[in-house]
Amino acid sequence: MAQSLVKEFKKGLWAEIPPFRLVLGLCPVLAVTKSVENGIGMGMATTFVLVFSNLLVSLLRNMIPPKVRIACYIIIIATFVTIVELVMQAFTYPLFLKLGIFIPLIVVNCIVLGRSEAFASKNPPVMAVADGLGIGIGFTLSLSAISIVREFIGAGTITIWGGNPVFAMPEWFTPLSFMVEAPGAFLALGLMLAGMNLIGSK
Amino acid sequence: MEFFELAIGSIFINNIILAQFLGICPFIGTSKKMETAVGMSMAVVFVMVMAGMITWSVDTFLLKALNVEYLRTLSFILVIASLVQFVEMFLKKMIPGLYAGLGIFLPLITTNCAVMGACLLNIGNEYHFTKALVSSFSYAIGFGLALILFAGVRERVNLGRVPKPLQDTSIGLVTAGIIALTFTSFRGMV
Repeated sequence: MAQSLVKEFKKGLWAEIPPFRLVLGLCPVLAVTKSVENGIGMGMATTFVLVFSNLLVSLLRNMIPPKVRIACYIIIIATFVTIVELVMQAFTYPLFLKLGIFIPLIVVNCIVLGRSEAFASKNPPVMAVADGLGIGIGFTLSLSAISIVREFIGAGTITIWGGNPVFAMPEWFTPLSFMVEAPGAFLALGLMLAGMNLIGSK
Repeated sequence: MEFFELAIGSIFINNIILAQFLGICPFIGTSKKMETAVGMSMAVVFVMVMAGMITWSVDTFLLKALNVEYLRTLSFILVIASLVQFVEMFLKKMIPGLYAGLGIFLPLITTNCAVMGACLLNIGNEYHFTKALVSSFSYAIGFGLALILFAGVRERVNLGRVPKPLQDTSIGLVTAGIIALTFTSFRGMV
């Protein structure tokens, strides 16, 4: 039991790490990774929704009629997204403003719905929580990795929390602002995906 | 003139895929073949315009009137999901030809964040009804434009010899980056 729990948790961190191995939910990945702070915030919000929607879907898995299951999952997910929205509005308002519509859009994030459908609906609650936590943390890690690359090259800084950079390049460094704009997002993700494929194929 | 500017802005400058990053999953998923790209674009135009009108009405006459704006996310996703289901049944009965064309793309639209995103943007920008309608339609056209352009490029790219780690999604994203770069030159047009 304990062993398979660890297994379900660990697969989200490497073997099925979204969005590199599980190519889903690319919208927030591209949109919010302008700074590390946004990346981590988005990752944590998604993790919260993943864990609790997985838990509830798994608890209700024998009660939800199969024909309307997707609608039920979406309502469960939307409930937790609303909770996240309200909590972030109350406690981390600047971050909430920066992430903008991507917080309510967690509802239509394919990773969350995908885990409910593919995993939580077939497994007991403890496993579903481990799976949600693993995938969520994996997602947070990849978001941080992408945003470190983008923010470092694009702005020459790294901001982890609260809007003040913890690290800034000296004056002589000219940031390549292309990286924090739209085309740079696609390029960064595409090349990092290629890098992951290269490591994975060995 | 106001509407013309809004339309041009939503199609080219704030293109929903290439500048706002909404609807990337269908953008990558349905762009391998030209036919699927065209089918998806048509389905999105259809649903996005209807969803734009209905969510605007729900927000104005129901949520704002009753002071329960915090239910926006929940009610919008419900509206979109049931709308898609309804459209599917309606087309199947009334216009089977179009249904066969749109086919599998309709159910996929429920989790297309471009539709929900466009509705939320309309509300966030506080558009009135006609403006919301124009912007939903132009966002959908922008979606179709980007998707069809990308599908055309991708069909050619896949004929070439792409290095193994870069294959498929990876080279697709790099290509999308280059298309997005061309779209940034529309800035300052309006």
